[in-house]
Amino acid sequence: MNLLDATLVDWSRAQFAMTAMYHWLFVPLTLGLGVIMSVMETLYVSTGKEEWKKAAQFWMTLFGINFAIGVATGIILEFEFGTNWSNYSWFVGDIFGAPLAIEAILAFFMEATFISIMFFGWKKVSKKFHLAATWLTVLGATISALWILVANAWMQYPVGMEFNLDTVRNEMIDFWSILLSPVALNKFFHTVLAGWVLSGLFVSGVSAWYLLKKREIDFALKSIKVGAIFGLISTLLIAYTGDGSAYNVSKRQPMKLAAMEGLYQGKTNAGLVAIGILNPAKKSYKDDKDPFILKIEIPSMLSLLSQHDVNGFVPGISNILDGGYQTQHGVALSFLEKQTRGKAAIQSLASYQKAVIAKDTAGAKLYKVQLKENYAQFGYGYIDKAETMIPNVPTVYYSFHLMVLLGFYFIVLFALVLYFVNAKQIQKANWLLWICVFSIPLGYVAGELGWMVAEIGRQPWAIQDVLPLNAAISNISSDSVKITFFLFLILFSALLLAEVKIMLKQIKKGPEAEY
Amino acid sequence: MITYSFLKHYWWFLISLLGGILAFLLFVQGGQSMLFSLSKTEDERRLLVNVLGRKWEFTFTTLVTFGGAFFASFPLFYSTSFGGAYWVWMAILFCFIIQAVSYEFQSKPGNVFGATTYRAFLFINGLLGTFLIGVAIATFFTGSDFLINKGNITNQLAPVISSWGNEWHGLEALLNIRNLTLGLAVFFLARSLAVLFFINRLNHEVLEARSRRYLWYNAIPFVVFFLIFVIWTLFSKGYAVNATTGIVSLERYKYFTNLIEMPVILVLFLLGVLAVLAGVIGTWISPKFKSGIWYAGIGTVVTVCCLLLITGYNNTSFYPSINLQSSLTIFNSSSSFFTLKAMSLVSLFIPVVLIYIFIAWRAMEKKRIDIEDVNGDEHAY
Repeated sequence: MNLLDATLVDWSRAQFAMTAMYHWLFVPLTLGLGVIMSVMETLYVSTGKEEWKKAAQFWMTLFGINFAIGVATGIILEFEFGTNWSNYSWFVGDIFGAPLAIEAILAFFMEATFISIMFFGWKKVSKKFHLAATWLTVLGATISALWILVANAWMQYPVGMEFNLDTVRNEMIDFWSILLSPVALNKFFHTVLAGWVLSGLFVSGVSAWYLLKKREIDFALKSIKVGAIFGLISTLLIAYTGDGSAYNVSKRQPMKLAAMEGLYQGKTNAGLVAIGILNPAKKSYKDDKDPFILKIEIPSMLSLLSQHDVNGFVPGISNILDGGYQTQHGVALSFLEKQTRGKAAIQSLASYQKAVIAKDTAGAKLYKVQLKENYAQFGYGYIDKAETMIPNVPTVYYSFHLMVLLGFYFIVLFALVLYFVNAKQIQKANWLLWICVFSIPLGYVAGELGWMVAEIGRQPWAIQDVLPLNAAISNISSDSVKITFFLFLILFSALLLAEVKIMLKQIKKGPEAEY
Repeated sequence: MITYSFLKHYWWFLISLLGGILAFLLFVQGGQSMLFSLSKTEDERRLLVNVLGRKWEFTFTTLVTFGGAFFASFPLFYSTSFGGAYWVWMAILFCFIIQAVSYEFQSKPGNVFGATTYRAFLFINGLLGTFLIGVAIATFFTGSDFLINKGNITNQLAPVISSWGNEWHGLEALLNIRNLTLGLAVFFLARSLAVLFFINRLNHEVLEARSRRYLWYNAIPFVVFFLIFVIWTLFSKGYAVNATTGIVSLERYKYFTNLIEMPVILVLFLLGVLAVLAGVIGTWISPKFKSGIWYAGIGTVVTVCCLLLITGYNNTSFYPSINLQSSLTIFNSSSSFFTLKAMSLVSLFIPVVLIYIFIAWRAMEKKRIDIEDVNGDEHAY
């Protein structure tokens, strides 16, 4: 076959990243707003108060606008695994395809069926049937998130599989370890909670706008209270799952953690960077330039959070590449050792294939053993140099710290809003209401930053340690991908523009006009 | 006893069934392709949009499930076809992206591009989506130009195992007349089913009368193109697989032979075709007959399912390549025994899914829809 175009990986990455980032503009609001409107409808059914019905219906309208475009961007993501990452689709499709199929069977049909009743069934089914349909729509969306996040977590922490030399792919051997892996569970809760936080901000922000405009006062007071309670609980929970997430990263993706903290040289009693500015002059992990221009650390906190031990050693980028430090599995290998083992594994596979063709049973058996011995480093055989192993440190570092900063900001904001709501002073606190309005985009920013940390931080891997991106690709021209990249960009941007304008119009109309 | 072979056949059956259900649900696309011709007034157009808009998600979800099930059960197809026939699949995906937002956005103020643009998106989805899916499925019978070499994975500089044989990446399927006939058959089938659906669901005399007339315009071309494709295919060479060696070769009348050697499928196929014709002819003959959609719909599911079954069963390559030994069969492209077994357990939930879809459908479709229903519905499109 022909050598692959050098820019193909970059364009394929760009296309997938762009699609995923657009998709993630819409999904979190679906997840969180769905719960909020369901709670409001539950209050309507249990109390019989029409104002709760009106509130639920208003948020439902915004949910519907947002849901449609989430569906549009979601279908592309599923098929891009095949169109742009065809080698990946074969190499791990035996494991990765299953969650996607389960998602479609168990979640998508639930959403598709009950969303129709939710929107069009107010006069056609009983109150309780309608309420059940609303909750089932949200449940479907959440189950959908579970399965796609299980699939993503597996890419970060591949478990429950075994390499089959005859089929030349990884095969599932333990379904439950994939579904219940600590990375999967944590990722599910962390990501869904991110959607809930955004929705708390969205509902609080929109309600604050009505209060500022002295419109829909009763509706807005009810909604801002629900939004702030929901947002505060979610933000506190997400801080907890964030801690779990960082712990998982430290155990399974130490390079990502090092990039998140700008840590080049590992240390015991490592401090957590509270505020820091990276030194742009630092060009290589080998130079001795200080990675930071300015840094304020919380002493020993990184060791405590990542190793659960204030004296724990946290490896830096140089340590990870040079190896030699102690891990829970023994002494860490250097990149060169891993690369050598990876190349040996690939060579063993090639030799095995030749032995099978030559009907050399003894040889095949020997190469199989050799491959199994080195398979943990298989993916390193495709990586040419140590520098490739280092993700873009500034992007990962700033994304992570800004996300964390925003998380703390949201806790303070929701707490303040609740305080003023309970003190019945919220209508007078125009400054806080304006902050609520302008904080809506920050929820989106935090969510996107989280995904940037998770995905850019694990480069160059498609599957951690098993398959790098350059071996996961499809054999197409980069020009083809460039064309579809720009077509998607134009289409998604146009649809986003329309979505935002429709949302703003609906909000301006308000719940009274809507129903 | 659940064997690996049984699971491969079981999953090919599920894929075929999903393909059949998708073909039926494409009536939504068929209806969209007539938005500007079947309706003459804004009220009529709005009624059509709304009656289809309550069903579009089923078609969309079935398409996604079709893709997901293929990925899980036959990942080498997913890898080879999507990564190789890049442009055909991308074109299909574009058609469906623009559909997903169009129902929700078209009637909302502030939608930037105006209702006509979104309706044009629906029209494009109806026109090209159906046609291109038909063309893509036709390649299951006519073959494509790809090569698979799993040994490539050990080449660190060029490790991709599947490669397409030409730079058209799937668009070359449009140059094959047999592929085009299936594309056109699917297009006219979707439109025929759509008018049967309108006759069943709409409480609007003018639209119903017009739909009955449109049934002629669409069912006749459908039958013509369908017969051309089926007869041509049954009496052409097919891609046979040697059960012992796995070697693929071209065999005369392979698909016809498959039908003869699998009489259950033959009988079901004929019954499916008869059911489609019964739905269409019954609607032509009797002005009071409004249930044609159910006969034709069930007939479509059964017929398409049987057509797909004969591409995978009886030692046949379901995704053949002109480079014969790269052709995909249910044996060389499937997931592992473990995965197919796990997925088969999940598939036991499918009846539950069908039951709640049935309950929901009945709850929402107690009476036929008219323009007053649309005007009185706060969420109407």
